[in-house]
Amino acid sequence: MENIVQNLQTVPLNHYILFSTLIFSIGVIGVLIRRNMIIMMMSIELMLNAVNLLLAAFSVHHGDSSGQVFVFFIMALAAAEVAVGLAIIIMVYRNTKSVDIDALNKLRW
Amino acid sequence: MLAFIWLIPLLPLLGFIINGLGQRSFSKSFIGILASGAVFASFILSVAVFSDVWSARQAGEEAVFTQEIFEWFAVGDLQVSLTFLVDPLSSIMLLIITGIGFLIHLYAIGYMKHDAGFGKFFAYLNLFIFFMLLLVLGSNYLVLFIGWEGVGLCSYLLIGFWYTNPRYASAAKKAFVMNRIGDLGFLLALFFIFGTFGTLEYAGIFSAAKDFPMGDITLLTITLLLFIAATGKSAQIPLFTWLPDAMAGPTPVSALIHAATMVTAGIYLIARSNILFTLSPITLQLITIIGLATALLGAIIALTQTDIKKVLAYSTVSQLGYMFVGLGVGAFTGAFFHVITHAFFKALLFLGAGSVIHAMSDEQDMRKMGALKKSLPITFSTMLIGTIAIAGIPPFSGFFSKDEILAYAYAAHPIYWVLGFLAALCTAFYMFRLIFLTFYGSFRGTASQQEHLHESPASMTIPLIILAILAMVGGFLNVPEALGGGHALANFLAPIFADSAAIKAAPTIAHSTEYLLMGVSVVGALVMAGYAYFLFVKKADIPSEERSGMAKLSYHKFYIDELYDWLLVNPLKWSSQVFYTVVERLGIDGLVNGIGRGIGGAGRTVRLLQSGYITFYLFMMVLGVILLFVYGLVSI
Amino acid sequence: MNNLFTLLLLPLLTSVILAFIKEQRPAKYVALLLALLNFAATLPFLCLFQADASIQFQQQFDWITALNIRLHIGLDGISLPFVLLTNMLIPLIICTSYRRAVRPGMYALMSFMQVGLLLVFMSLDAFSFYVGWEAALIPIYFICALWGDGDRIRIHLKFFVYTFFGSLLMLLAIIYLGQQAGSYEWSTLKSLNLTAMEQAYIFWAFFIAFAIKIPIFPFHTWQPATYTHAPTTGTMLLAGIMLKMGIFGLVRWLLPLTPHAVHQYGSWVLILAIIGIVYASIIAIKQQDIKRLIAYSSIAHVGLIVAGIFSGSPQGLQGALLQMFNHGVSVVGLFFIMEILSTQLQTRNIQDFGGIATRAPRLAIVFLIILMGAIGLPLTNGFIGEFLLLIGVYKQGVWYAAFAGLTLIFGAVYMLRLYQKTMLGTLAPGASDFQDIKGMDFITLLLISAIVIFLGIFPGSLLQLSEAAVNQLLVDLSTVKSLY
Repeated sequence: MENIVQNLQTVPLNHYILFSTLIFSIGVIGVLIRRNMIIMMMSIELMLNAVNLLLAAFSVHHGDSSGQVFVFFIMALAAAEVAVGLAIIIMVYRNTKSVDIDALNKLRW
Repeated sequence: MLAFIWLIPLLPLLGFIINGLGQRSFSKSFIGILASGAVFASFILSVAVFSDVWSARQAGEEAVFTQEIFEWFAVGDLQVSLTFLVDPLSSIMLLIITGIGFLIHLYAIGYMKHDAGFGKFFAYLNLFIFFMLLLVLGSNYLVLFIGWEGVGLCSYLLIGFWYTNPRYASAAKKAFVMNRIGDLGFLLALFFIFGTFGTLEYAGIFSAAKDFPMGDITLLTITLLLFIAATGKSAQIPLFTWLPDAMAGPTPVSALIHAATMVTAGIYLIARSNILFTLSPITLQLITIIGLATALLGAIIALTQTDIKKVLAYSTVSQLGYMFVGLGVGAFTGAFFHVITHAFFKALLFLGAGSVIHAMSDEQDMRKMGALKKSLPITFSTMLIGTIAIAGIPPFSGFFSKDEILAYAYAAHPIYWVLGFLAALCTAFYMFRLIFLTFYGSFRGTASQQEHLHESPASMTIPLIILAILAMVGGFLNVPEALGGGHALANFLAPIFADSAAIKAAPTIAHSTEYLLMGVSVVGALVMAGYAYFLFVKKADIPSEERSGMAKLSYHKFYIDELYDWLLVNPLKWSSQVFYTVVERLGIDGLVNGIGRGIGGAGRTVRLLQSGYITFYLFMMVLGVILLFVYGLVSI
Repeated sequence: MNNLFTLLLLPLLTSVILAFIKEQRPAKYVALLLALLNFAATLPFLCLFQADASIQFQQQFDWITALNIRLHIGLDGISLPFVLLTNMLIPLIICTSYRRAVRPGMYALMSFMQVGLLLVFMSLDAFSFYVGWEAALIPIYFICALWGDGDRIRIHLKFFVYTFFGSLLMLLAIIYLGQQAGSYEWSTLKSLNLTAMEQAYIFWAFFIAFAIKIPIFPFHTWQPATYTHAPTTGTMLLAGIMLKMGIFGLVRWLLPLTPHAVHQYGSWVLILAIIGIVYASIIAIKQQDIKRLIAYSSIAHVGLIVAGIFSGSPQGLQGALLQMFNHGVSVVGLFFIMEILSTQLQTRNIQDFGGIATRAPRLAIVFLIILMGAIGLPLTNGFIGEFLLLIGVYKQGVWYAAFAGLTLIFGAVYMLRLYQKTMLGTLAPGASDFQDIKGMDFITLLLISAIVIFLGIFPGSLLQLSEAAVNQLLVDLSTVKSLY
């Protein structure tokens, strides 16, 4: 256990940050340019996981476990979110026969 | 009897209240007796009060009695109490109002017998007497003003008595509004008086006013404003056009309100405030000129009128003009004397005219009358007496009062006398024209009217006879020195005008001049009477519809009503429309609505951003986050 | 019974009780009964009131301690006439609806509004004043918007937003004052030493709020439309009592709080008021809708009241207090008569009336009395009010008084036109089966006429209440004047 932590600490923090940023950006761009709701959900998950990764990395870096506690919180939250989100998408699909996000433009003006 | 002054106005008020509440349930005879009885009781009290004042005057006292009823209101330095004042001036007014008022009440019992609004009529008449008494009894200008506006209200109610006729209702409104114009002048005068003297009580004002210099600018303003008020109530140029229209009211009303009492309130006001006016020679000059102009204008218009009541109405305007001339040239006693005699003979003439109209089944056009002498002997003889009195033929009352005014006018400036004399000539002509057209010649009405011709009942003829006697002998109240008289009235009234007399002594005219002036006017009146006889009896020249030149102008009252419509009424209506549609709707409210619409418009534009596309919202969100980052970085 | 809170709690209780009564008939009875009870509860205060300048019957408790806000109420010579008017007019207004179909909910709203009004008139704390101010607005908005006619939603929204805008400015001023003084207490705010600049801002903020409510030219344009399209009960509440809030605000808050600004800008307000008098009178002359005609006449009348307040003389101020009472009474009478006329003929166009006096002599008489009160005939209440106000205005300048006095002439013109076109002339075709007033309608109008004449003959009964308080106010104003 001790070993793993030390091994992890040998990877510089910047790498984690860069990596997370990359994943996060992919997620943002995915949300922005894709119109399929399921893919958008997946992109959101990507963003959440990028943040999770970063939290974990900092937690190891500082040797403080509270960061990892947050990760678990977020994972639980993400699971709940996906459950609700997918349910909504299914309902939308049943009503509009589509998972295109632009089908949901009734709420305007 | 002076302790009972408060009863004098109270009795008619009670009559008004009782008759007003019970007008539907009481019988006509009860209403008539109650209303006339109330006025008669006031008359008895007035006589008692007058005799007290008279004996006090004989004893050489000033004879001024006051009685405070209650304090009306007090705000800051302004205290107004309802106080009654009896002095020679108001005691005579009391007699005129209640005396003639009673006779006219009596007359109206017969005249209004068949009218459905009998009870209402007498209630209003009693209310009028109440307000008129308040007007003359007040010891300050504000109580006078209560009466002043109150009689205006009664005049409104009684002119519009037959209100189902829209023309009558309009005449009533016109009278009220024109009076209100004068009343604004009155109110402003009150403010000036209060501002200058700090009180509205006569006693305080007049004793302080004595110390003002001649021609003081404040007094000038006050008197001008008071004169405006008087022109409204007493139907002088420019506010006289309501009075002829006021003939829409029942004839007793015309006799009481629009001839004998209410319209002389303006003269009472000026006579009461004589000291203020004496100190403002410019105002007096103006009063003389306006009075002369009104006397002439009224007389000229009366020359061609064919409605019997219209002739008398313009005659009233003209005679009121005389009274103002009297005031203007400083003949306060003379003017007031003319008020008294005019009350006698003009009430008589109106009541006579009412009797004629009554007999003619409500016909008022003189062209459809004629030869009524036989069927209406009492009416004829009493009206003839009235005519002789108004024409200024001695020894009847009008001669004395008119000639006193004319003598003073001559002393002020001969041209005043000439103009007054011209008006007197017209007066004699139109009055005899009225008599001849109505009572002489051949009957020109319909057959059914002829069948109904009858002399009026006793309740109508008795007042006529009494007034005729008064019109005959009323002149001896104040016989001038030149004719061996003792100026009884002038002596009685002396304390009222004492301050004015001290400032401006009465002009002295040589007796020979006075005889000459009298002679000329009497001869002139007789000549005009003869000319009228020649035209309307000898030549039987009945006025036709076609007129030309002056006659047309006179018949159409110099188009003054039309001028006022064009000059004042229509612009007012027009500006009302413009204010409402343009300034109000488009201007002010348009601005308010415009602000509302602007905000609404901004909302409508901005909400377009809410397109409903979630990707767009997300994009904006990300953009916002990025911009925040950039801002954060830059600001470091 | 001389705890002033009873006056606030009683209508509040009334409102709650009425909210649960769904039937029309019992609601009417209960509303009238409780309103009369409320009026009766006012009388002890009237009797016990000492006619001096002090503030009496004070009651207070801490409301929001953190902000030093207290619910502090009391009565003095200035507020007593307003309280009396409110508690007297509410039963009268309920009487006017007695023979008409009215939703029970209206009575509950009316009582709730009464709470707000009384709070405004009695409050000695700027915060609770503001609370009352808004609390009175909301029920009247619902009364008007729910049961009005025509384009009622839009018109009453405009009324609501317009007055609310004014209130917002006032709220800002109150908050500023509270920050400066650390308290919202009237007496504390009064003794604040504000610079001329501060006073100017506060003056205008308050003034616009009051000017919209009263309304003063040129902030009046909501008024004719609102009065015309509100249910007549609502119109009576608005014109009879609601606008008195603005007048009260001027006397209670504006004059004592910003005396310097009053000296500086008072003549501007005076001019605005006088323009309003002439302007509204002229517009009233040609109005075809009788309700709108009375609405414009009301603008002219309150214009004169405001002019009197800003004349800074005892006559002007006392006249304003008297005339606001008179105006409340007579405007309720006029709108009620309008309602009687228009419900029977199903029209409000003046041309469709005529000759109704032949059918309804009783109505003709009370109408005439109330009308004469409105045009200020001596021996009616309107005369004393107008006379005192005009004397007050005269002290500021003769020409002011001359122009303001035009209301005398124009008032006669439009009011007599109204009377002539409705009551006189030939009988209008639609009026052949016009029913004369009877029962409760007649009693109500008789009561109003009686007040009109009583106050005309004995104005002192009302004037003496406020005399000392007004004099004190004027002393305060003039001492401050000498400071600057």
